[in-house]
Amino acid sequence: MCLGVPGKLVKITGVKGIVSFGGAKMEVDLSLVEKPRVGEYVIVHAGFAIERIDRANARETIRLLREVF
Amino acid sequence: MISLSLDNLTKGYRNKELASKLAKLIEKEASNASYRFMHVCGTHEDTITKHGLRALLPNSIDVVAGPGCPVCVTHPRRIELALKLLEGRKNVILTTFGDMYRVPSSYGRSFSHAKARGFNVKVVYSISDAIRIARSISNKEVVHFAVGFETTAPSTASSLLQNPPKNFSIISAHLAVPPALDYLLASGEVAVQGLILPGHVSAIIGWRAYEFLVDRYKIPQVVAGFEPLDVLVALKMLLRQVKEGDIKVENEYYRVAKPDGNLKAKKLMDEVFALEDAKWRGLGNIPKSGLRLKPEFEQFDATMKFDIKAPEIDRDTEPGCRCGDVIKGLVKPEECQLFGRTCTPYDPRGSCMVSVEGTCAIAYKYRRSRL
Ligand code: SF4
Repeated sequence: MCLGVPGKLVKITGVKGIVSFGGAKMEVDLSLVEKPRVGEYVIVHAGFAIERIDRANARETIRLLREVF
Repeated sequence: MISLSLDNLTKGYRNKELASKLAKLIEKEASNASYRFMHVCGTHEDTITKHGLRALLPNSIDVVAGPGCPVCVTHPRRIELALKLLEGRKNVILTTFGDMYRVPSSYGRSFSHAKARGFNVKVVYSISDAIRIARSISNKEVVHFAVGFETTAPSTASSLLQNPPKNFSIISAHLAVPPALDYLLASGEVAVQGLILPGHVSAIIGWRAYEFLVDRYKIPQVVAGFEPLDVLVALKMLLRQVKEGDIKVENEYYRVAKPDGNLKAKKLMDEVFALEDAKWRGLGNIPKSGLRLKPEFEQFDATMKFDIKAPEIDRDTEPGCRCGDVIKGLVKPEECQLFGRTCTPYDPRGSCMVSVEGTCAIAYKYRRSRL
């Protein structure tokens, strides 16, 4: 139920946007994300982008992983 | 060399070689004692079962599923309420997420049964679709069964703030996760040494929202993402906390969940909803855990609009169904007498066997891969 799928925001029209999931495109509501930008990655849940995926923080996860090894 | 590009997000976090290295490290660290951790998210249960993580982990580590599937814990009174509303009025269209569609109340009645009896039920992927239906069929009343944790509640809030048509209303079945964890830990029934926290609930509410549980119960917690490596890293972090006595809320899902969550989404949620005591299926009445519409949004509250009350019911589950204990992580689905016999996803006896995130449904789906 809380499944969220990462996708890339490719177009913004007002409060709606088009998100591409590896090529498959879907209209999503962007009203929950502060200042969304085309090209960003977002997590989409039940037709809404619920949060952006942060590049810097994604690197932090990678750092955590590397720390383990 | 580990390379994880954003474009390659999911693949990177499914790396088998890394997963088995991590599992070995975990085995080494967990060799002197046994540990029991609980996650509270249906998507985590799916990741763990689908990728066979329990088999990868040493016997000394037990990972159990808690109350992480919103449709499983939705109280049957809410289902009966929606059915009463639908069946009493010819001009109502009930919209529901697919997960909820076949969930039986404690009397074996579901939205899909109502549909089979000719009532107007439509499955939608998003509340936006429900509003679209209301706009296009303006002579009918569209009532959306709004279910879900904090991951989903902001989308309901935002939709109500975007001026939906007058013939649209909701039954709010939204629930909040931290009060349920508090309730579960206070009950002393679930003996676990740490919690894997749900990544997408936490993306909204932020990981600081669980810090009160550290103060109250000294319980290690880690927010985790949904790929196999996310879960394994989270387990490793939990183990470290337990062993070093350094108890806190840590965040493994850095790429999405922030300390204070999604401020905009939280603000919208606060604008529209207030917390009230709510009954959870299998768990009981949990203080300040239900999201009800504030008085300013009464016109969208189907219970007010149609002046209808939830019927009284005398049981939470059908006789024999052990969903309540499954939801608390006290028994495994296979320990239920009905599992796979009279209860299957095709003909479910309890809520845990319906949703793709229900613990029983997941156990049933992957039962062969574990033989
Ligand atoms: S197997 Fe079916 S009857 Fe048994 S606990 Fe799970 S949902 Fe309930």
